[in-house]
Amino acid sequence: MKEIVVISGKGGTGKTSVTASFSYLGGSSVVTADCDVDAADLHLLLKPDFGYSEDFYSGEISSKDQPGCIRCGKCADVCRFDAITVKNGIYRIDPLRCEGCGYCARICPPKAIINKERKAGKWHISHIRTGGKMVHARLGIGADNSGKLVAKVKNEARELALEERAEYVIVDGSPGVGCPVVSSLSGANFVVLVTEPSVSGLHDLIRVYELVKKFHIKAGCIINKADINPGQHQKIMDFLAEEGIPHLADLPYDERFTKAIIEGKTIIEISTGNLEDRLTKCWEKVRRLTN
Amino acid sequence: MKIAIASGKGGTGKTTLSTNLAALIAESEEVVLADLDVEEPNSGLFFKAETVHEEINVKAIPYWDESKCTLCGICARVCNFHAIIRLGPSIVVFPELCHSCYACSELCPEAALPIIQKRTGILSEFQTGNLHFIESRLDIGEEQAVPAIAKTKKFAAQKYSGVRITLFDSPPGTSCPVMETVRDADFVLLVTEPTPFGLHDLSLAVDTVRVFEKTIGVVINRYGTGNDDVAEYCRREQIPVLARIPDSRRIAELYSAGKLIYKEIPEIRNILEGILDAITEITEGGG
Repeated sequence: MKEIVVISGKGGTGKTSVTASFSYLGGSSVVTADCDVDAADLHLLLKPDFGYSEDFYSGEISSKDQPGCIRCGKCADVCRFDAITVKNGIYRIDPLRCEGCGYCARICPPKAIINKERKAGKWHISHIRTGGKMVHARLGIGADNSGKLVAKVKNEARELALEERAEYVIVDGSPGVGCPVVSSLSGANFVVLVTEPSVSGLHDLIRVYELVKKFHIKAGCIINKADINPGQHQKIMDFLAEEGIPHLADLPYDERFTKAIIEGKTIIEISTGNLEDRLTKCWEKVRRLTN
Repeated sequence: MKIAIASGKGGTGKTTLSTNLAALIAESEEVVLADLDVEEPNSGLFFKAETVHEEINVKAIPYWDESKCTLCGICARVCNFHAIIRLGPSIVVFPELCHSCYACSELCPEAALPIIQKRTGILSEFQTGNLHFIESRLDIGEEQAVPAIAKTKKFAAQKYSGVRITLFDSPPGTSCPVMETVRDADFVLLVTEPTPFGLHDLSLAVDTVRVFEKTIGVVINRYGTGNDDVAEYCRREQIPVLARIPDSRRIAELYSAGKLIYKEIPEIRNILEGILDAITEITEGGG
């Protein structure tokens, strides 16, 4: 079983459209994982059935037992996150600022602060129409720890792939280079970088590839909206050549991407000819490079 | 007034809107633009500006002083993030897991874990005309965006308290980095596109921003493509749509080349002025 992660650095380059297409082409040989947990969109294309759901708890949150409080103020003194405020002698913990370090609870003389597990979201295992299965999640509003939810989704997808004897786990990653991206890269066998020929696209590609290199994972690159700027396209090709990254495909600036999203389908399902052909060849290339 | 430009979904036009608004405001008055997408800061690509200041961003982590340590293990027990463990005869610190709560350091009976500052990235300030542009970029491999965002906001607030408008270019998503960005904004401008992806992520962003009871306005970008569900959602939720920016290959091309679109397309200048007027009206009208 091999794990393929689709990332981009920059948002909105077409990660999710590409992931959904690969998922469709791979059918039952693929378990699909949506690891962009704080703005998950893959379910809008793959229409999972939410067959199995479970709450996700991560980290802790402190809360105060007011009658027990002796108003000494030690909690507010030690809190580095300005999460404890005092008004009219009453100490309160702001759950949106509390990082759950538990320092206040440990030093509270009358033990009037308790730490509770924090519900951070929900995750699901679903059937999808491709014949495969999908693991996906939704981070709670205002919840922290998206990196941990990403790790959870990935682990569940891996286990499921082993159970189902699937050949691949395909992961839709999140934008950026921070904790959710680091979580989605860990343990991957191949990275598909999706970029666009813009100054931002190239800038973000260079940064995210620096991260990929730290993990020593093989990568290939898809240039989406490839015809929007020939000069920037050439710069990306130069970067790929310099780093020895295989160029997987050029995809044109095409309104069918939007059309597919509106219809809740993958590009493969709505496009015959050119675009479908390019993505099919690209998926073959990804499989060859991964194995 | 602090205006945060956020979106939920990536690639909807946050940076385009932030940079164009900032440049337009700078034509008539001083303005601050802070790029708070510290993982992938892009705003700076749209300005030719001079660097006026640079400083290292750091985070506080414990440093194991072996000579004082008795290996009692209290540090590992009080760390909720598993960022410090006892491994045989050593204490090992994992800086990327550390949240800088100081519990291990201050609760160590032997004072064997003094706090040191570890580099996480760099803050830079640039200037061109009336525009003060500040960005922080995380070093690759650093995972925590929130402290760098907080630091950048603080830097802007302290240095430019007299400037009327500060714009925050927000990171995508809805989790902690976005929360930190919008937390002390006076107005949140949410940029979206009229597709099911745009709508879905807009509704998540609205839920997030409403936790802080912020005043919100929406800009629909790439208007003309997609469908009317975003406009319908805004009507239902009583969120004003401040502008519709037409879908245009020309805009995509200008953006791809790192150009400011309002300078090339007069219609965009009118739209941006309309957004600023609308924000002024909403915020001065008592929200």
